[in-house]
Amino acid sequence: MNETANSRPAQSARAAAAAGVTAARSDALNPARIAIRGLDFFYGTNQALKGINLDLPAQQVTGMIGPSGCGKSTLLRVLNRMYSLYPGQRAEGEVLMDGQNLLAPEIDMNALRSRIGMVFQKPTPFPMSVYDNIAFGVKLHEQLSRSAMDERVEWSLTRAALWDEAKDRLSGSAMGLSGGQQQRLCIARSIAVRPEVILLDEPTSALDPISTLKVEELIDELKRDFTIAIVTHNMQQAARCADQVAFFYLGEMVEVAPAAQLFTAPKQRRTQEYITGRFG
Amino acid sequence: MSEAQHIVKSYGQELQLLRGLMTAMGGIVENQVALATDAILHGDAGVATRAVELDLQVDAQEREAEQLVIRMLALRQPMANDLRQIVGAMKITAAMERIGDYAKNIARRSIVLGEHRLPFSLAGIANMSRLVQANLKLVIDAIGENDATKARQAWQADLAIDEIYNSIFRELITYMMEDARNITPCTHLLFIAKNLERIGDHATNIAEHVHYAVTGEPLREERPKSDGSAFAGARLPDDMDPS
Repeated sequence: MNETANSRPAQSARAAAAAGVTAARSDALNPARIAIRGLDFFYGTNQALKGINLDLPAQQVTGMIGPSGCGKSTLLRVLNRMYSLYPGQRAEGEVLMDGQNLLAPEIDMNALRSRIGMVFQKPTPFPMSVYDNIAFGVKLHEQLSRSAMDERVEWSLTRAALWDEAKDRLSGSAMGLSGGQQQRLCIARSIAVRPEVILLDEPTSALDPISTLKVEELIDELKRDFTIAIVTHNMQQAARCADQVAFFYLGEMVEVAPAAQLFTAPKQRRTQEYITGRFG
Repeated sequence: MSEAQHIVKSYGQELQLLRGLMTAMGGIVENQVALATDAILHGDAGVATRAVELDLQVDAQEREAEQLVIRMLALRQPMANDLRQIVGAMKITAAMERIGDYAKNIARRSIVLGEHRLPFSLAGIANMSRLVQANLKLVIDAIGENDATKARQAWQADLAIDEIYNSIFRELITYMMEDARNITPCTHLLFIAKNLERIGDHATNIAEHVHYAVTGEPLREERPKSDGSAFAGARLPDDMDPS
């Protein structure tokens, strides 16, 4: 009797492992952390964004792609209200976070910008020490003891994958770091105030390929804690980093889809023409 | 969707070259299947040899297509429909190479078959090969014309091939039971029918790749299938039935 049972070869470890393999990345998107609804944006009389509706899923990366002037960087500037520093620029519609419209006039800008951090195309370290670059922003929002501040600086630099390279030169000038290190310092600086959302505007366009990959790896790490939006001209980068990707053209959002879907089988003709290099 | 020009012209030229390679390869394997069928039906060893020799060309073209695909993946980093076309081309040319192998195998068997007297007609095999060739032509047209509708037609047409294969299977078993001298030629004919059936299956796979490359949508629903030969047998004559 037992012979029949035993005549079946034992399942190999390989087969068992294969049975347990699941897709490394799924197309499933989390609930929205920020919900953009009917957003219009104007530079004076020039309308730069037209009726944008987009969710930024919590603890995932939203990539924004499109040709220069399509409105993707403008959208980032709306999300933390950087535009309100300039006269003649105005946004209509809603950017909802926890049910609150971030565009409402009563919103406290300083508090808003501590919740929504931003990193720019070119590294913009302050002309001060590595340590002070990070402590500077934190001091604006929190009163920390020296040891608590030390911890915060180490935490930020570690999360930004810069600690090992910078721990022996914390008091040295940030301007002495390489371009890639400076950019990671800027990311460390923006996460030091413990924001909920990080906006990255072409964060690697001025970096060499290795530094670029380090920042991409960092983005992958950071999304465990933060909701991230990244504007990039590098389509492969969007494909590598983003969970969902939105394609913008002439101020409109043409298509938004999980990254794997948008880059393998986009629904809209204009998206396909752009990402395959057939534009215009 | 669109077929606007690539901004980088050489990229567009490479895609055209790849498509040209696929249709040329398709043309050769079509020819191989036709020659192999002629060789069976007319016992022509010269025709059989031509079918076998063509296989060298098919293999060389498959390697050429594979090199082009790898080069394009590395240098162009294709996206969307380009990506689907390029990856599809690799699978399609691999399937065509298999079709070429099956045709070669049929041609070789035709030479052995020519040494035997066949006391029955080969109409079933002739009919099956006609259907297989028509489907192969349809799917290669689908590649050349980027036509998802033709791909779907070819995909659905495999049902008729499976059905005729089942009836040939039963027919050949009957001949073998009637006269043991039929066993050798009928065994070769069984393999020939099986090879034709496999060619039909590869044509179906190609149709799936073409459909996905063109539309971005896989052909998902259950394909009509009717290969029941795994369960088929011929009923024994009453006087041999042990029951």
